[in-house]
Amino acid sequence: MGVEGIGASVVRKEDRRFITGKGRYVDDIKLVGMTHAHFIRSPHAHAKIKGIDSSEAMKMPGVIAVLTGQQIVDDKIGNLICGWAITSKDGSPMKMGAWPAMAPETVRFVGQAVAVVIAETKNQARDAAEAVVVNYEELPAVADVKAAIAPGAPQLHPEAPGNIIYDWQLGDEAAVKAAFAKAANVVSLDLTNNRLVPNAMEPRAAIADYDAAEEHFTLYTTSQNPHVARLVLSAFYNVAPEHKLRVIAPDVGGGFGSKIYIYPEEMVALWASKKVGRPVKWTGDRTESFLTDAHGRDHITHAEMAFDKDNKILGLRVKTHANFGAYMSLFSSAVPTYLYATLLSGQYVIPAIYAEVMAVYTNTTPVDAYRGAGRPEASYLLERMMETAARQLNVDPAELRKKNFITTFPYQTPVIMTYDAGDFNASIDAAMKAIDYAGFPARKAKAKSEGKLRGIGVSCYIEACGIAPSKAVGSLGAGVGLWESAEIRVNPVGTIEVLTGTHSHGQSHETTFCQLIAERLGVPISQVSIVHGDTDKVQFGMGTYGSRSIAVGGTAIVKAMEKIESKAKKIAAHALEASENDIVIENGEFKVTGTDKSIALPMVALAAYTAHNLPDGMEPGLKETAFYDPTNFTFPAGAYICEVEVDAATGKTSFVNFVAADDFGRLINPMVVEGQVHGGLAQGIGQALLEHAVYNENGQPVTASFMDYTMPRADDLPSFQVQHTTTLCPSNPLGVKGCGEAGAIGASAAVINAITDAIGNNKLEMPATPDRVWHAIHG
Amino acid sequence: MYETTYHRASSVDEAAALFAKGKEAKYLAGGQTLLPVMKQRLASPSDVIDLAKIKDMVGCSGTTSGIQIKAATTHYDVSQDATVRKAIPALCALASQIGDPAVRHRGTIGGSLANNDPAADYPAAVLALNATIKTNKRTIAADDFFQGLFSTALEDGEIITAVDFPVVDKAGYAKFPHPASRFALTGVFVARMPDGDVRVAATGASQNGVMRVGPIEAALKANWSASAIDSVTISADGLLNDIHGTADYRANLIKVMAQRAVQAAG
Repeated sequence: MGVEGIGASVVRKEDRRFITGKGRYVDDIKLVGMTHAHFIRSPHAHAKIKGIDSSEAMKMPGVIAVLTGQQIVDDKIGNLICGWAITSKDGSPMKMGAWPAMAPETVRFVGQAVAVVIAETKNQARDAAEAVVVNYEELPAVADVKAAIAPGAPQLHPEAPGNIIYDWQLGDEAAVKAAFAKAANVVSLDLTNNRLVPNAMEPRAAIADYDAAEEHFTLYTTSQNPHVARLVLSAFYNVAPEHKLRVIAPDVGGGFGSKIYIYPEEMVALWASKKVGRPVKWTGDRTESFLTDAHGRDHITHAEMAFDKDNKILGLRVKTHANFGAYMSLFSSAVPTYLYATLLSGQYVIPAIYAEVMAVYTNTTPVDAYRGAGRPEASYLLERMMETAARQLNVDPAELRKKNFITTFPYQTPVIMTYDAGDFNASIDAAMKAIDYAGFPARKAKAKSEGKLRGIGVSCYIEACGIAPSKAVGSLGAGVGLWESAEIRVNPVGTIEVLTGTHSHGQSHETTFCQLIAERLGVPISQVSIVHGDTDKVQFGMGTYGSRSIAVGGTAIVKAMEKIESKAKKIAAHALEASENDIVIENGEFKVTGTDKSIALPMVALAAYTAHNLPDGMEPGLKETAFYDPTNFTFPAGAYICEVEVDAATGKTSFVNFVAADDFGRLINPMVVEGQVHGGLAQGIGQALLEHAVYNENGQPVTASFMDYTMPRADDLPSFQVQHTTTLCPSNPLGVKGCGEAGAIGASAAVINAITDAIGNNKLEMPATPDRVWHAIHG
Repeated sequence: MYETTYHRASSVDEAAALFAKGKEAKYLAGGQTLLPVMKQRLASPSDVIDLAKIKDMVGCSGTTSGIQIKAATTHYDVSQDATVRKAIPALCALASQIGDPAVRHRGTIGGSLANNDPAADYPAAVLALNATIKTNKRTIAADDFFQGLFSTALEDGEIITAVDFPVVDKAGYAKFPHPASRFALTGVFVARMPDGDVRVAATGASQNGVMRVGPIEAALKANWSASAIDSVTISADGLLNDIHGTADYRANLIKVMAQRAVQAAG
C-alpha cells in the first residue's frame, strides 16, 4: 500500500468543509423568488376529513396558496408505492393500501399531511397554517400489531382485510417439523424488536424549482439515492418525465436508511412549484422527523430451536409479526422478508429453517429499512436464542456457538443465501482474547463479593451487504436492479474526476474512493475529486444503503479504472514506441518494463486530448464508464462481546468493556472503518438500552421529542475495542465486504445477553431501561 | 416563535413596571424553559422582560445566618462559587448536574424556582434546606412556595430576587437522571439542621412536584445513616408513572437516592 492507497488511514478530505461550517446542505440553498411550504398535519391517528376551510388563511400576509390532498389527487399525481412485491403463502400478492402524498379523505397516522401552505416566508406559512380549519371525524385507531389483527380491530385500508398486508413464509416447514420431532432439547423464546426513530442529524428538506419555459423541474433533496428518487418520481408519481427532472442531493447530514425513500413532502414541493410558478422550499423540523421519517424495526417474534443430544442445532422455527405502520413505505416489504429471514441461519449449521412473517398495518408512522434493515432483527433473535440455549443446556455460550459454526465455504443455507467466505472461529477467538473471556468467572465472583452484578454477553452476527445480483433480486420481487455505475474522467492535465452513483452522507466516499485511484494509478488523492449526488452529472446509480458502496460502487470504479488503464497503456506504448504488453504502472508513471523509459500519467492524458499522436484509429479523450452487477452479496461477520455491571438498586447498566471483532474483508481506510463501527455500535447499544418509539393505544406518539426519546449520548457508551480479522471477499476484485451496518446488527444481542447474565433472569426486552432491569431483578 | 417585544430591564423596579404595562408579559431569566416553549409556539407573550442582566440580581454572598444566592445567578456560577462551596457544597454539586454545559451557563436559580418544573433539581434543595425565597414584594418560606406542578406562591408580576439558605450541619443530593431529558427521574436532597432536625425533599417523583419525604426524615432524625433508610417503605401512591419509570420504581428510587444523598453528605 502507498501512503494514500488501500489500507492507509488517510484523514478525511471532506472534513475541512464540514468542520469549518462550509458544508452545503439543502437548507443552505436559497433560490431567487423562493417560497416556503408548511404542512398541515393530522393530530389524529385515524380520522375522516370532513372539510378543509382555508378562506381565513388565504387572507393572511404573504400567503400564496393553500393546497390540499384532494387537489393532488385531481391533478393525477400518483400514490406512493412500495417497490418490492412480496407474495403470501397462499400465492396472493401483498395488499397495498393507497397512499396519496396528502390525504384527501382519511388520515391514518399522527403527522400525516392533509394540506400545505405556500407563503413568502416560513413564518408566514406557519402562521397561516394555524388559520386553516380542518374538520375531522375521529375513527377508532390501533397501534399494536397483535391488536390490529384481532377480530373487530379498526380497519385501515379496504385493500387489506384484517389489516394484513401479507402472510409470507420461507424454508421447509416439513423438514423443520421432522427436526423438532427428533430433538433432544427445544429452546423457545419470545422477543420484541423495539421500534426506533432514525434521527439523522439533518432533518429532511426539499427545494423544488419549476422552469415553465423549459417545462423542467430541479429538486434539491436530502436523498441517499437521487437517481432512484428521479426514477420513482417520474415513472410512478407522474411528476415529470426523467429528462425534465434533475435531482440534486448535496451534502446530506446522515440517513441511516431514512433518506432512501421518496416522501410526500418532495412530491408536494415539485407539484406545488409548478402550481405557484416559483421555487418551493420545505425544511422539516425535529418534530416532523419524529412523526414522518420512516421508523425502523418493530417486530414481535416467537422462535424455537431444536438441538440434538450433542447440542448440535437441528432446526429453527420462527414466527414474526412486523408492524408496517399506516402505509407501505418504498422498500418496507423487503425488510422483514428477504433482508431478515434469509439471515436466520446466522453463523451456524442449521439443517432446517422455517420462518413465517405477517406484515400488518397499524395507525402509526410507516416503518422501513433502518441501519441493518432486517439483519439486526435476525441477528438479535439468533444470538438471544444461542445464549438462552446455552443457559438452558448448561454449556458455555461461546462453546455452544463454536460447536455449531459453519466452517466450510461456500456454504448454502436453507434460506437462500450462499455464504462465500468467512472464519467465524477467528472472530470469536479474537474477541474472547481481547476481553479475557477466560478470566470472566473470577471477575464476576469478585464483583459479587462487592455486592455488584457482573455479566458477559456474546453476539456472533453475519449480515449480507451489497444486495445483488440484479437478476436474483428481481426474481424475488425487487422493482429495481442493484448494480452500480462509475465514470472516470482523466482531465488533460492528469487530474481525475470520479463520478459515482453512490451517495456519501457520512460514509467518507470523497476520501476512500480517491484511495482506490491512488492505489492503482498512483495519483495523489489531492488530484482526485469524487462527484456524486446530481442526476445531471452522474448518468445513473442506485445510491447508498445496505453497506453497498465500496463492494458495488467501489468495484464499478475499479472496472472503469481497468478501461482507463487499458487505453492509457496503449497511448503510452505508442509514445514510448514500445509494446503495450511491456507497459507497467509505477507511482503514476507508465514505464516500459526493464528500461528507464517512462511517461507520466499527465502526459498520457495530454496526449489523449491533444490527439496529435495517438495510435491509429483511437478516439481522443480519456474517459471511461463501467456498470458493475455483483455475482453475490458480501457477508461481513464478526463477534461482539460485552461485559457489564448492573446496579441492582437502580437497575442501571454500566459498561465494563465492549469488544468488536469484525471481518469486513480488505479495509480501504481503517480509520474510516473504525468510525463506521463506532457509529453502528452506538445505534445497536442505543436500541438495546435507550431508544424506543412508543405509541399509546390510540395511536398517539408518546416519544415525539428528545425529552422522551432517548438518543444515545457519548456518556451512555463505553470506549470500544475494535479488532479485525480478515477473510477476503471472493465475489469482488477488492475483496471488500462493507462495514456500515455491522455495529447496529451485532451489538444489541451482546448487550442484552450481558445484562440477562448479570441479573440471572432472561425476561428482559429492549430497551433495557433501568426501570425494566430493576423490575426484572425485583419482580 | 410568534412576534414579541423584548425588553432588557436594568433594575427590578423597571422590570416590574414593564411587566405591569405589558398585555401578556413574561419574565425571561435564563430562558431554558420559556424560549423552547415559545419556539414551539406554545407560549405567545406580548412582552418578554429580561431579568438576567440586572446587576443586583446576580451573585452569591455570605449572610449572618448562611448564604444568599441572587436569583439571576447561573447554575454554572453557583457550581463554581467558593462561598457556596464552603457553606453548602451539596448545592454546588446539584448545580453542576443540571442539564448540560449550555443550560448551566444560561439557566438561573430564580428561573428554575419560578417555573417549578416537577423534575427540576433546585426545588429539592430549596425545600430540604428550608430556604427562604425573597421577592420584590416579600419573603416566602420554602414550605409555602411550591404549590404543585409548575405552580408557586408567586403572584402575577412578582419577581424572585434572591434565595437565602441557612447554614446546615450536613447536606447531600443524589439524582437519578431521566434517560432522555436528563432532568431528575428522581432526585433526593437531604439536610440535617444544627438543631438536629432533618428535612428530605424529592423531585421528579411525585405527581404534585417536589415533596417532603416524611418517613425518611423520621428515620434519619433517629439515625443519620444510609442504613437507617433500609427499613423505610415509600408508597407508590401519587407518584409519576411513565415509560421511563413506573410509580413503584420511583418509590424505590426515592429510597435509594436518599441513601446515596446521605452518603454524599458524609
